Amino acid sequence: MGSTSAHGENSNGEGLGRRDLIKRSAALGLIAVPTMSFLSACASGSDDTTKGNESKVAVTKENPFGVAKGSKLDVVVFKGGYGDDYAKAWEAAFDKKWGTTSSHLSTQEITSKLQPRFNGGNPPDVVDDSGAQQIKLDVLVKGGQAADLTAVLDAPSLDDPSKKVRDTLIPAAIEGGMIGGKFVALQYVYTVWGLWYSGKLFKEKGWTPPKTWPEFVEICKKAKEAGIGGLAHQGKYPYYINVAIMDLIAKKGGLDAMKAIDNLEPNAFADNPVALEAVEAIYDIVEKDLLMPGTNGLTHTESQTQWNQYKAAFITSGSWLENEQLKQTPEDFDMQFLPMPVLPGSKLPFEAIRAGAGEPFIVPEKAANKAGGLEFLRSMLSREWSTLFAQQANSLTVLKDGVDPSVKLRPGTQSAVAALKAAGDNTFNYRYADWYSEMGTEIENASNELMAKRIQPKEWIKRAQAAVDKATKDPNAKNNKRS
Amino acid sequence: MSHVANSKGRGGFIAGFLILPLALYLTFVIWPYIQTFGYSFTNWTGQSPTFDFVGLDNYSALLKDEVFRGALLHNLLLLVFVPTVTILISLFFAFMLNAGGRSGAGGVQGVAGSALYKVIYFFPQVLSLAILAVLFGAVYRSDEGGLLNGFLSKLGLVDPAHPIEWLNQPNFVLWCLLLVVVWHGVGFYLVLFSAAMQSVPKDIYEAALLDGAGRAQTFFKVTLPLLWDSVQTSAVYLGIAAMDMFVLVSTMTSGQFGGGPDHHSEVMATVLMRNFLYFGKAGYACAMGVVMLVLTLILSAITLRATRREHVEF
Repeated sequence: MGSTSAHGENSNGEGLGRRDLIKRSAALGLIAVPTMSFLSACASGSDDTTKGNESKVAVTKENPFGVAKGSKLDVVVFKGGYGDDYAKAWEAAFDKKWGTTSSHLSTQEITSKLQPRFNGGNPPDVVDDSGAQQIKLDVLVKGGQAADLTAVLDAPSLDDPSKKVRDTLIPAAIEGGMIGGKFVALQYVYTVWGLWYSGKLFKEKGWTPPKTWPEFVEICKKAKEAGIGGLAHQGKYPYYINVAIMDLIAKKGGLDAMKAIDNLEPNAFADNPVALEAVEAIYDIVEKDLLMPGTNGLTHTESQTQWNQYKAAFITSGSWLENEQLKQTPEDFDMQFLPMPVLPGSKLPFEAIRAGAGEPFIVPEKAANKAGGLEFLRSMLSREWSTLFAQQANSLTVLKDGVDPSVKLRPGTQSAVAALKAAGDNTFNYRYADWYSEMGTEIENASNELMAKRIQPKEWIKRAQAAVDKATKDPNAKNNKRS
Repeated sequence: MSHVANSKGRGGFIAGFLILPLALYLTFVIWPYIQTFGYSFTNWTGQSPTFDFVGLDNYSALLKDEVFRGALLHNLLLLVFVPTVTILISLFFAFMLNAGGRSGAGGVQGVAGSALYKVIYFFPQVLSLAILAVLFGAVYRSDEGGLLNGFLSKLGLVDPAHPIEWLNQPNFVLWCLLLVVVWHGVGFYLVLFSAAMQSVPKDIYEAALLDGAGRAQTFFKVTLPLLWDSVQTSAVYLGIAAMDMFVLVSTMTSGQFGGGPDHHSEVMATVLMRNFLYFGKAGYACAMGVVMLVLTLILSAITLRATRREHVEF
């Protein structure tokens, strides 16, 4: 694989003499205005690095966090849908540039591997805190364990030092990393959520991708007549069907309906006709028996593999789907993304999609090589590393135009890019599951019952509102507000 | 050297051997218990070394926690059924393998081929619980690809368009899990009871046979009383297993650390883990741990006391 395209440096990777430093410091004065803020930002940041056993290293424009040459860097990544080849390529590039020695751990058990280290005060330097067993970000922030990453945003971009990193990112990246009013997580992967279908199947059957909910139901019915399921979902993990429910609510009721939920308003679900209509629409699919048989009890891989075998027309998922199913997808499957079809009278257009940054990378507050961790994050936001990621993990990053045009993308990723372009500014993203993990779980439980036909939409609304009301007692409810 | 000094020296020698293991035991077994007890009075999040003392708040919250109470109920249900069913089945098989056969000359032996059966019965014990979870996950799979559903739909008992979602049925899920535990346990307890039966002198059986006892009578009047110690120990072990159940529930059922659908398969250990690792309520989870410890201790004591009987010497 092309993982070794680590042509490391941006013309400044060689050692930096004292005289050079002075010269460059002078040059620095020319662009002092935009960079003052990062200098002051890391003045407080670099205090922490001296706590470790490394000596204090001068902070320069090229080395804004003061990475010590020859230091150690401890990287832990979640080995999920994106694999970990990309991380190995990054670490090699990082070591080459900074002369560091990286240790690499890839695991699915982030919590059990890292919890003892967080508690013991010797956490790694960079953590990709993702997957089903991620350490919840709200919990980490509550415990003061996640470093403030604002310094990374304000550091100069590696591709164009006249720009701050902040200005090279899509807006969702910054919004998605704010917890309790601080920027603590670099949500690196740009993800879109919605429905997915097989271009091949649709062409064969002569179906056109639906734009409205009635059209969607119509295709599900046709699919059933053809002997396959309409909608598949990953029943063992109700997270996925919640994507459909919540997207319908956001599209019908507009951003206000979404914010009402994230802001824990007393009428987020209760007495909200929009929410009820959305839930009823999903329940209609259940009642009309348009689900893929057995889908309620399947795991994500089982469900997705059935869908890959043309056992269902649609499935809900995020854009990691293509990479996750790489081995199970037939060569000519032609995976395609579809924004959630709209209910009649929706405030947002069909093109609107849930898009957001995911896969949070954090630097622990007590990391031994905090400077190295911050520099690693800054490097991740270079075009070179971003392209490495897109190649290895078949997914987009939060860097604007972060993929080299010469890289050919797979059909699913390509369709996601096209959908993003069509959506323009019409993107939205929920935050409640990150902010209030208990509330998210309770709504998921209700959805599981709904899909199994054990509760009715009205009962779902009641349970979801109860979860919201309970979350208002969370101490984080004071800090987490969106406008 | 005087005799006294010699024995004193020996005492010191033995103590020297005991100190290290005892210290290890205190550090790695007893101390965590004490720590857990301490944490159960705090609002520790589990991700940070700082926390506040909250007194008995966690315990009073626990009393009101419906999910935990439901889990406790499930554990008690399992506590009744896991030992009873497992012990009954394995006793029956063990008896058939060791004393169930009849030969013309009045000898006591198992049914034909019993040596082979013993080996086969032990197979499930060789598999780890994690493998079992995957194996039975495939058996209970909720679409036609599942072994049970595939089989039943071939027989025409299940409509392929509406397969039974075994582990997604509030009324089935706990029993489905019970079956796995019993399937796993029977082989081991069968071998255990077989060994105990073989130590029973053959002449007792022969005497019973000469007096005209049938199989059932031999079992209830001879085998069971002589096996009582083994049965008692098995009940305690199986009871402790029924109080745990974490591995199976967390991997086979839906939800964070299992327990689904909608808490219908929840056991105390899964609620504990979810609170500990997912919700960041480690102090609260420690309170659950303490409750589990106390309950398990009480249950062991009750089982041993309630099943106490006169020993039969042979």
